[in-house]
Amino acid sequence: MSTPTLLLAARRQRRAAAPRTLKAWYQNRALVAGIIIVGALVLVAVLAPVLAPYDPVEQDLLNTLADPSAAHLLGTDKYGRDVLSRLIWGAQVDLRIGFLAVLIPFVIGTVVGAVAGYFGGWFDTILMRIVDVFFAFPFYVMVIVLVFIFGSGEFSIYIAIAAVSWVSYAKIVRGEVLVAKQQDYVVAARLGGLSHGRVLVRHIGPNVLSQAIIYAMSDIVMDIMAIVTLGYLGLGIAPPTAEWGSMINDGQEFITTQWQQATIPGLVVVVASLGLSLLGDGLSDVLNPERRK
Amino acid sequence: MTDMLLEVENLVIGMRRAGRPDAVIVDDVSFSVAAHERFGIVGESGSGKSLTLRAVAGLLPKGVEVLSGRIAYAGKSLTGMPPQERRRLMGPEIAMIFQEPMTALNPVIRVGEQIAEGPRRHLGLSKKAANTVAIEMMARTGIPDPERRARAYPHELSGGLRQRIMIAMAVSCNPRLLLCDEPTTALDVTVQHQVLKVLEGLCADTGTALIFVTHDLAVVNQTCTDMAVMYSGHIVESGTVADVLGDARHPYTQGLLGSAPDFDRPERRLVPIPGFPPSLTSRPAGCPFAPRCALAVDDCSKAMPTTELVAPGHTAACIMTAGVLA
Amino acid sequence: MLHRLRFIPARLIQSIPVAFGVTLIVFFMAHLLPGNAALALLGQRATAESVAALTTQLGLDRPLPEQYLIFLAQLFQGNLGTSLTYQVPVSDLLVQAVPVTLALLLYALILSLFISIPLAALAAFRPGGSRDLGVRGFTLVGQGMPQFWVGIMLLLIFAVRFRLFPVGGYGTTQLDHLYFLFLPALTLAISMSPTIIRSLRSSMINVLESEYVGTAKSKGSYGISLFRGHVLRNAAIPTVSVIGVNLGFLVGGSLVIERVFALPGLGSLMINSIFSRDFPTVQGVTLFVALFVVVIGILTDVVYTMLDPRVDMSKAVRA
Repeated sequence: MSTPTLLLAARRQRRAAAPRTLKAWYQNRALVAGIIIVGALVLVAVLAPVLAPYDPVEQDLLNTLADPSAAHLLGTDKYGRDVLSRLIWGAQVDLRIGFLAVLIPFVIGTVVGAVAGYFGGWFDTILMRIVDVFFAFPFYVMVIVLVFIFGSGEFSIYIAIAAVSWVSYAKIVRGEVLVAKQQDYVVAARLGGLSHGRVLVRHIGPNVLSQAIIYAMSDIVMDIMAIVTLGYLGLGIAPPTAEWGSMINDGQEFITTQWQQATIPGLVVVVASLGLSLLGDGLSDVLNPERRK
Repeated sequence: MTDMLLEVENLVIGMRRAGRPDAVIVDDVSFSVAAHERFGIVGESGSGKSLTLRAVAGLLPKGVEVLSGRIAYAGKSLTGMPPQERRRLMGPEIAMIFQEPMTALNPVIRVGEQIAEGPRRHLGLSKKAANTVAIEMMARTGIPDPERRARAYPHELSGGLRQRIMIAMAVSCNPRLLLCDEPTTALDVTVQHQVLKVLEGLCADTGTALIFVTHDLAVVNQTCTDMAVMYSGHIVESGTVADVLGDARHPYTQGLLGSAPDFDRPERRLVPIPGFPPSLTSRPAGCPFAPRCALAVDDCSKAMPTTELVAPGHTAACIMTAGVLA
Repeated sequence: MLHRLRFIPARLIQSIPVAFGVTLIVFFMAHLLPGNAALALLGQRATAESVAALTTQLGLDRPLPEQYLIFLAQLFQGNLGTSLTYQVPVSDLLVQAVPVTLALLLYALILSLFISIPLAALAAFRPGGSRDLGVRGFTLVGQGMPQFWVGIMLLLIFAVRFRLFPVGGYGTTQLDHLYFLFLPALTLAISMSPTIIRSLRSSMINVLESEYVGTAKSKGSYGISLFRGHVLRNAAIPTVSVIGVNLGFLVGGSLVIERVFALPGLGSLMINSIFSRDFPTVQGVTLFVALFVVVIGILTDVVYTMLDPRVDMSKAVRA
């Protein structure tokens, strides 16, 4: 080993040993920015009944496609509904589905991946073949087909997303477990007489979970994209419920006269994704400093 | 002094933080190399010998820079010259051979093509002509069946062959100065010997001057005419190889000689130098070798000893042993 | 070079089980439809006779394994069933739609390289510098933009505001196609580039720190020639597999983008079939897309092998 590699190894070690103090969290600007953006959006979603100036589904056919004004800050849509109110209520729908949709695949994928990686053997072989098969179906294609099969609506979205994205968690967790079970402390724990279950939960779990959590942050972004896309295609949440994707779809019709109708809901999606991405990046820096590039 | 090919004066290399010099790695190093001279720089890892060489080549790693001092090639200051002009010198005037040929060769390009790159750029040769030069150079470094080997990728060759490729690449534009950064350290002893022979032969044929950085005194003894010994960023002794190795003045050089095996006198006991070289951050004031030196007195830790002439063409930086002529 | 591609037959054999798995999933989709599939498909239009007729047409009255074997046998003859809406073989519809989608994908891939390579180089040249931060900002925002929304924004700017490009359609001549496909391809390219940029940036940083770049500099190589000769090719190697993995995602995205720009490709075919509950067509498109992704996986390995002489795929295939 030459001098630079030794230096590098030493530096890595130092990073790994860096204390995970509150200060370290605070100094991570991406994390702070992510928490502020996501926190603000969640607050808006929760406080939608208070914040929204109008009922998001109430039509006013005498005042359709109004330009932004003091009464309607972002104007009204083709049914005379207040765009700002729909945006605010949309936050509730899109964020709720985004966060909830992650839970099922997270749990299924993590358990399957951990078991496959830890015990290996035929179960692992079969799992990896299944993973290969699932990866052949592009995310949107699978989600669209499944929503078609189960009918549109929130419940189908959960099933469709769970059916598609558990695979990624399984693959990530399996890989992490394969690495973790070679570590000396895991081998030592086994030799010390701990049962397989205890080793998995106590010694492998915490290290592996952080990877799954980091992935979950980007997965929420993917899911929100999927919901918005389904809404845009008219396969998502049924109208008249306010949802960002269907708002963009509604707005596209009037793009020549009312450009803001399609633009603004998209910008809100961008802000939400940006916040979640920053949160994910920040978390991954804090959770495994040794992997930082 | 203008007949010198390379002059290094008061070179200081280090890192900056917030625009100000932070850590000094190479401190006040001066030496010069004449045309046809073969100059060895000996030292342990961390002595700054490789960085000194890389400063000459303009290849310091990111964050490390020349803080002060002057490097002049054929009378022209390398440090002051515009980067484009300096890069034009690299290849036809100055070339370099690296320690680890596996990482120093591009893994995805055929070795013949890598050798031909220099001649194409600097000698303006066509692809075909450059390829012919490459094969000729490979033959001159003693690579058997060069036509076939030119089409190989680095990972398909042995360590010795790879280092010969590096040498062929370095001499392909007929440079006047060849910089070698521990070119034989990564090789087996037998291969090491062969590679050194090739290098010596080529330099003797073309009159190329050589700067040879190594930690191995035996290699310097075999290859070089002149040498400098570096310790903790300073040159502590320099002169002809015969003078320095035959009449070592600095306690560190003496220590190195005492701890190196001598094949002519296998019965001699090896005496290791006690302690470790100081780390970058904890360099002592005064002579950096003082904490490990058997001859050290209080004054050694007060100021860095000045470099004194101990014999014609032979200098050392030690208050205890260098004052002989003074 | 050729002997290094000897792994291809083994690699093909290795993907046979995956291909079978794909057909199995596509086959079972029909059986996931709640209740009687024929009834579910016909919906409002259902009468006792039409349900019975469709049940027979889809072969739903036979035992499952037999149905699957028939499905496979038909598949091998290139028979994907008959479209319920158009009453023509699904394969005919695919033949019309596939070239559009393939052209869009290829176009998008080329454009995304034109975007990603300079931006990644700009960022990698001085990591942590202001340009790097700018590029990182672009990748973060780029990842957060819904693809179809990017398409609408490009339409808004280049078609509605400046009238430089058509708002939709495919045109008739080859040159038309290039022109009509530009905005949709750019849309896909923009959504694909953040991933490529991230990968290229980090591998370029590694390459720039490598010793062989030092060697190249010691031969007087710098600037563009250093970048082309010694940085790009080495940095491209890890990125090839990243692109390979993400092409599947790109395929999915292209289906949505086709809707935005009214392109007569696989995406429009699929979404229209979903609205008209034309299940055989949905099945056909899904099957084609999935098998296409499997083929992309093999192609990725081939490109990877050709770019990196150190890779011996025959070992990876056997493992």
